[in-house]
Amino acid sequence: MSTQEITPPEYYLRDDEQRQGYDSGVLRDLLAFMRPYQRQFIFSFILMTIGTVSVVAGPFLVKVAIDDGITQNDPVALRNAVLLYLLAILVQWLVTYIRINIMARAGQSIIYDMRDRLFNHIQKLSLGFFSRYSVGRLIARVINDVSSIRDFVTWSVIASARNLFTLVGTLIAMLALNLQLSLYTFTVLPLIMLATYIFRNRIREVYRRVRIGNSWVNSVLAENINGVRVVQAFTREDYNYERFSQEVNQYHLQNNLKSASLISTFFPTVDMIGSLAVALVVWLGGAAVLGADITPGVLVAFVLYIERFFNPIQDLSRRYDQLQVTLTGGERVLELLRTDVEVADDDTAVELPRINGDVHFEDVSFHYSDDPDTVVLQDIELKAERGQTIALVGQTGAGKSTLIKLLSRFHDPTQGRVCIDGFDLRSVTQASLRSQMGIVLQEPFLFSGTVQENIQFGRLDASLQEVEAAAKAVGAHDFISKLRNGYETTVEEGGALLSEGQRQLISFARALLADPRILILDEATSSVDTQTEQLIQKALATLLEGRTSFVIAHRLSTIINADLIVVVDGGEIIERGTHEDLLQKRGAYFQLYSMGFKDRPETD
Amino acid sequence: MRQLVKLRRLVRPYWWHIVGALAALVVVTATQLAIPRIIEDVIDIGLAQGEIRFMIQAAGVILGIGLLRAIFAFVQRYLSEYVSMKVAYDLRNWLFNHIQHLSFTYHDRASTGQLMSRCTEDVGAIQRFLGFGAVELSQALFMAIGAMGLMLTSSPRLALIAIIPILPLVLLTTSFGGRVSKMFYDVDWALGSLSSRLQENAAGAQVVRAFAREPYEVSRFARVNRKLFDARIHVISEWSKVMPTSHLLISLSTILILFFGGRMVLNDEITVGQLVAFNSYLLLLANPVQQLTWLVNAAGEAAAGAQRAFEVLDRPSEIQSAPEAVETEALKGLVEFKDVHFTYEGEQIPALSDINIAAEPNQVVALIGPTGSGKTSLVNLIPRFYDVSSGAVLVDGQDIRSIDVQVLRRQIGIVLQSSLLFSATIRENIALGRPDADEEQILAAARAAEAHEFILNTADGYDTVVGERGVTLSGGQRQRIAIARALLIDPSILILDDSTSSVDMETEHLIQKALDELMRGRTTFVIAQRLSTVRNADQILVMDQGRIIERGQHEALLEKRGLYKEIYDLQLAEQEQFRETIAQLEKN
Repeated sequence: MSTQEITPPEYYLRDDEQRQGYDSGVLRDLLAFMRPYQRQFIFSFILMTIGTVSVVAGPFLVKVAIDDGITQNDPVALRNAVLLYLLAILVQWLVTYIRINIMARAGQSIIYDMRDRLFNHIQKLSLGFFSRYSVGRLIARVINDVSSIRDFVTWSVIASARNLFTLVGTLIAMLALNLQLSLYTFTVLPLIMLATYIFRNRIREVYRRVRIGNSWVNSVLAENINGVRVVQAFTREDYNYERFSQEVNQYHLQNNLKSASLISTFFPTVDMIGSLAVALVVWLGGAAVLGADITPGVLVAFVLYIERFFNPIQDLSRRYDQLQVTLTGGERVLELLRTDVEVADDDTAVELPRINGDVHFEDVSFHYSDDPDTVVLQDIELKAERGQTIALVGQTGAGKSTLIKLLSRFHDPTQGRVCIDGFDLRSVTQASLRSQMGIVLQEPFLFSGTVQENIQFGRLDASLQEVEAAAKAVGAHDFISKLRNGYETTVEEGGALLSEGQRQLISFARALLADPRILILDEATSSVDTQTEQLIQKALATLLEGRTSFVIAHRLSTIINADLIVVVDGGEIIERGTHEDLLQKRGAYFQLYSMGFKDRPETD
Repeated sequence: MRQLVKLRRLVRPYWWHIVGALAALVVVTATQLAIPRIIEDVIDIGLAQGEIRFMIQAAGVILGIGLLRAIFAFVQRYLSEYVSMKVAYDLRNWLFNHIQHLSFTYHDRASTGQLMSRCTEDVGAIQRFLGFGAVELSQALFMAIGAMGLMLTSSPRLALIAIIPILPLVLLTTSFGGRVSKMFYDVDWALGSLSSRLQENAAGAQVVRAFAREPYEVSRFARVNRKLFDARIHVISEWSKVMPTSHLLISLSTILILFFGGRMVLNDEITVGQLVAFNSYLLLLANPVQQLTWLVNAAGEAAAGAQRAFEVLDRPSEIQSAPEAVETEALKGLVEFKDVHFTYEGEQIPALSDINIAAEPNQVVALIGPTGSGKTSLVNLIPRFYDVSSGAVLVDGQDIRSIDVQVLRRQIGIVLQSSLLFSATIRENIALGRPDADEEQILAAARAAEAHEFILNTADGYDTVVGERGVTLSGGQRQRIAIARALLIDPSILILDDSTSSVDMETEHLIQKALDELMRGRTTFVIAQRLSTVRNADQILVMDQGRIIERGQHEALLEKRGLYKEIYDLQLAEQEQFRETIAQLEKN
């Protein structure tokens, strides 16, 4: 095995910054999730206490059986001790059964709630969030971190309490049995503490690297599975394999092995100290017995108690590390839950009534909250009347898409306001606004599910007839009918079996079905062929009757008939007017389009 | 459990490590069993006969045995952890490699979430079992044999009484093992679905918001979340019945010994020391036996994991180089399709029918036709992303199925409709197809692809990290990196899938220049919506419903007055209009 140091890219380390001491807030907030199940927890604690008493009672009853029954030659005392023991284990059996069921249900419910809350919260977050927070990280939060919290709430809380109870119970039992012998036994405690201290200090960094290794392995896997087509197209399989096995997976292995060697040293060491304690009891206890201080039963009980004494200590130190992991994970989960909802409904937000279609951008400026220096939109003043089609043109990155994102309130303007029918968008609920808008994006997105479900995404209660009508209107019906199961055909993740153009047609049908009052097309027709585009244009012509629409496009045919063409550059509107007006101006618009036609075929 | 047997293949290289771990385990078990024997003598000889020196000796022996056990326990633990981690490492590598080689046909239907959980969760379950489970299981076995042996030699009658509750325990745990594997499969499946749902939701965030479908998505997520909840509760409620019961049965055994053994001591059949030793043996046995349900659990999880992992690994890649595949270097670039038919797996309607093409080296073949007419399906056959259903695709006169797949693909450059970049620097992304390319070659490729300028304007130039964890580039920028990537591998065959449709006119102009550079001296298949790209092609293939319905050069096709003419007229109208407007402006 190579011993050279492998360093993961810096961006994998960021996610796992070493926690600086305890943040009691994290623990408190995690406990808040447990509050609804307070009763279950309390009940479990009570059951556990009963269980612990019966566990600690075991060696004592063995002692009674030996000393009072056997040594004293008293069959009745023996029988009584045995019956008591039987009772104890029956109690333990019942109590454990009930406790596990209650706790598991509570624990799983907490996890269910937590994932539900997370997902709900994620739905409220603005789009900007998704450009910063990768899908992989999101999955790590909702799946992995929450799972580590699950182990914590379901097992660690109760188990730690049980360990503590057992420890205290055992201590008391030992002290009660024989004070002197107990104190001799406890002389090994500093050794245990030292060993635990050293171990914990050394394992912490190793565990951190193990976690980083995990997240590195996960992201590299995810990326290569997602991009497998490109990988194969460029015959990168062998190179990627080399990199994965020699770096990513190797790093993961190396640090896991380091943790294994630490753990393999620690536990036998503690075990060794346990043997030392037993030796002490035999040596000193033997001397004491000869001094007639203790009976054989006490000696046996002590040997039995020592084991019950050391197990919880080992277990507690292991859980302490787990707690660290849980807290780090919990912190990240809470951080996600606390991510500000940039676009939130105002308390006084009203339902936007049926949209008439007058849109007004009033002196709007916009920059991203995390990047105030880059102005994305500057002093946009734009008015659209009911039924108008507004075309937005300009270079990639000019701010066209941002402009329409403000209209759907994916972001709020940093200055000025956007109004529909005189309503400031910030004063209406997002649901009432967006349910009246239809958007078709440049890259069509299909969900896994049937074709029908994907179209119905526009209006959930639409009948099959309505779905088909929408598909017919955009010319998607023909190819859908030819699919294996027609409208029932399942679209796979990313819609791999449909062509880009076909997927776009489905998303058009989806928007059409939604029957929107305002329609937004963000380069929606760039991936379909000219004929299909014509078809869509025709469908749109009827659809757009009396509705306002915003169109971003590069193709002249899409723009030419717009009521108003707006040329955006560097976040500002630099020209506006109809096609003819703008050509006449011989300005930016003219430039943009002559450039487009320069290398085109001459009309012969 | 049959799936676990398959793991033998993975475990075989570490055979000696396993033997070592097991040997160490035997020593550990023996030292554990020795202690009750010593305590027995301590009570019967030391205490009963007042031999103080015996006690001190015994204490020394206990300490010595403790030390011995610590050493062997270390060896055993480390070795078994080592094996489990190495096996997990190997299996993860194996999966990674296999998934990368699985054909498009497989990936068309596979979900990323499910594949991911096979590489992480399932491998983890197998590792846990090999690291702890298998060891504990062997320890239970060794301990059972050792303890039973010692008890039988000490007092056969008491030993037989002691094992009465052990028998139902074995039955209980084995029957649990039978059911648990299926239950864990359900848990894993639900977990995989949960992450798929989440992934899809995040990827389609804008669509969800655009249609105000958050409540719908929330309810869909809740449904899967609920399934996971139910699956877990199902496992736990089963486990909660078995675990305390096994505990009960073991304790019952202690009680039987105490009661019957106690009476035997009273009747002077055995000594107190023997009785205490019996009790200790049972306690030693209790630990691993109580773990048995957990172990069976872990084995079940591992078996489910193995089953799911092997579902992937046993799936052969449809696309494989024939054993006698030739390693032709430097193709000339003659591409022929002979009577090619192609139907996607599980579909009835063919995607391509009767395709016959002969593309001479350095020719440009343009494909044009409506959405879904089979253009992309056709070009996907050239790098053998799919195999033809009948007929053959030939390169330089050889059936591509007889050429080494890697060699074939290395000669083909592809620029796809949406260009995927990896989380890596721009430099690494350009060098995707040729990791060994030097700086000059990379810069040259970027310059030729008109990408050099904007790359220098990014934060760290060529070292800027892009992709999921890096900065976001625009569609046009990604496209140009993809072109640079294709240029760098200097392919003899080039496939361009409508690479300019999603960028503005000015960027398109730049990309067009880059593409002209890229196409020089290579056989090119270009899919395009725009006639301007198509017009100068050596061959134009007009496709409809999976067939080539017209073919020829621009002029000839126009004269045919078919579909090509129709498409042409549609686009021409646009230009006519433009010209007219300009002409009019000129007049004014």
